[in-house]
Amino acid sequence: MDILYLLVPLSVVLAIAIGAAFWWAVRNDQFEDLEGPAHRLLLDDDDRIPPGSGTPPAPGCAPVPGGRAGTPAPVAAAGMPPPPD
Amino acid sequence: MQAATGSPEETYNYRVVRQFAIMTVVWGVVGMLVGVIIAAQLAWPELLPSVPWLSYGRLRPLHTNAVIFAFGGCALFACSYYVVQRTCHARLLSDGLAAFTFWGWQAVIVLAAITLPLGMTQGKEYAELEWPIDLLIAVVWVSYAVVFFGTIMKRRIPHIYVANWFFGAFILTVAILHIVNSAFSPASFTKSYSAYAGVQDAMIQWWYGHNAVGFFLTAGFLGMMYYFIPKQAGRPVYSYRLSVVHFWALIFTYMWAGPHHLHYTALPDWAQSLGMVFSLILLAPSWGGMINGIMTLSGAWHKLRSDPILKFLVTSLSFYGMSTFEGPMMSIKTVNALSHYTDWTIGHVHSGALGWVGMITIGCMYYLIPRLFGRTEMHSVRAITLHFWVATIGIVLYITAMWIAGVMQGLMWRAVNADGTLTYTFVESVKASWPYYVVRLAGGVLYLGGMLVMCWNVWKTVAGSRPVDAAIPAPAMAHA
Repeated sequence: MDILYLLVPLSVVLAIAIGAAFWWAVRNDQFEDLEGPAHRLLLDDDDRIPPGSGTPPAPGCAPVPGGRAGTPAPVAAAGMPPPPD
Repeated sequence: MQAATGSPEETYNYRVVRQFAIMTVVWGVVGMLVGVIIAAQLAWPELLPSVPWLSYGRLRPLHTNAVIFAFGGCALFACSYYVVQRTCHARLLSDGLAAFTFWGWQAVIVLAAITLPLGMTQGKEYAELEWPIDLLIAVVWVSYAVVFFGTIMKRRIPHIYVANWFFGAFILTVAILHIVNSAFSPASFTKSYSAYAGVQDAMIQWWYGHNAVGFFLTAGFLGMMYYFIPKQAGRPVYSYRLSVVHFWALIFTYMWAGPHHLHYTALPDWAQSLGMVFSLILLAPSWGGMINGIMTLSGAWHKLRSDPILKFLVTSLSFYGMSTFEGPMMSIKTVNALSHYTDWTIGHVHSGALGWVGMITIGCMYYLIPRLFGRTEMHSVRAITLHFWVATIGIVLYITAMWIAGVMQGLMWRAVNADGTLTYTFVESVKASWPYYVVRLAGGVLYLGGMLVMCWNVWKTVAGSRPVDAAIPAPAMAHA
């Protein structure tokens, strides 16, 4: 099983590299706030469409009320009951 | 914190995301169509004209390469480029290099589609492509790493969102796996031999093979999960702390599980047992992540009723949970003695591939494509719901057929008469499997049918729309 002389050191080196990455992350305060990042993800509004681009929705495909208002709108379809909020 | 003055129109690079997203759908249809064809060949071996390039042995690697590296690969490129830009508030490092990764990756796929049916293969599962293509993959992959990590380095948000850690680990590990496993000595332009031999080669192959599952098909898609489920549900991930623990636990343990593919072979017994133990340990981080993703919906379960994209995303996690329970169970040597070499393995793989990888990819594409083309939603939300149910029924048919066939085959192969002779010949187990092969084909046809519905829906959404490149928020908003 000579191959283990390659695989075991390689895995150990990788484990050390992972450990170094973890150490870097801790030292750089990546884990100081373990609540905020989850909420900040939702504040990044990727629903908004730049004015003048795209086309209006096709007929029969009415925009969801409030769909572009900043909150990630549920993708309730026209013809489907709105979610009970 | 640099101000974005001077370039008020600074936008994200959505172009490359769009290209990869569209090709995800296209390659999905192609790869699954080949899957349906080879499933039909297993039920009716004489189905196609008897020419070498349509034989099962050549089409099967074409199917696996197309669904894993073309469908799954394009999805990973699209989502990682989208997520890293949106969570770092930074445009990709280089538009030119990003475009190179797109065209380079498509070239790899087209070359695979030509060479595999011609019978050019290294004969290593999931690493069949011959050495010139391997070199191209290496160049594209290094460019991918430069674009991704370069974008992380120019980020405007100090915190690196957890999804990017998963993408980063996936990119780095796949680079190492590919380079080590594909080491070769060329005999000609279209033929090469592995640098390793015998059981050494087998061990390298399954160190690669299992980590390809672990990092290509798991870590990368978990990155997608940690971005798109919170976004689609409109809720923060259940526990961000758990997601960080999930990441570090998963990447520390995955590396060591490969030997479970070589139980009862020439591999030393201790190496097999070590692989089994690490496979069992893997259950913990896997289920931690699965629960974290599903519980993100807590308090918003009602959204599952009306939102078919969430249905895709959450169902994919359920299949992830099932597969990551089944996998460690099958890695136990006594279970493996029954399951190995049977169709149970095929069922297990497809519960992960169709259920986890396929469904999360489809959900993410339904989220992305309207946003990339300036629409608020897909052309038809009802078609997404239809796709969801067709795909789910297809998976259930597929995996239950393979479970039954696999356990039956394992039991028939090990059955012995009182005098010690085998009760069944091998061909009797093949005959007994026939009805299940037909049911499996039906499941595959349903899943492919769902993809065709998606194709139509994407076409209707994209046609007549103008591509949109969203603006990068000004740094002041970055801390909102």
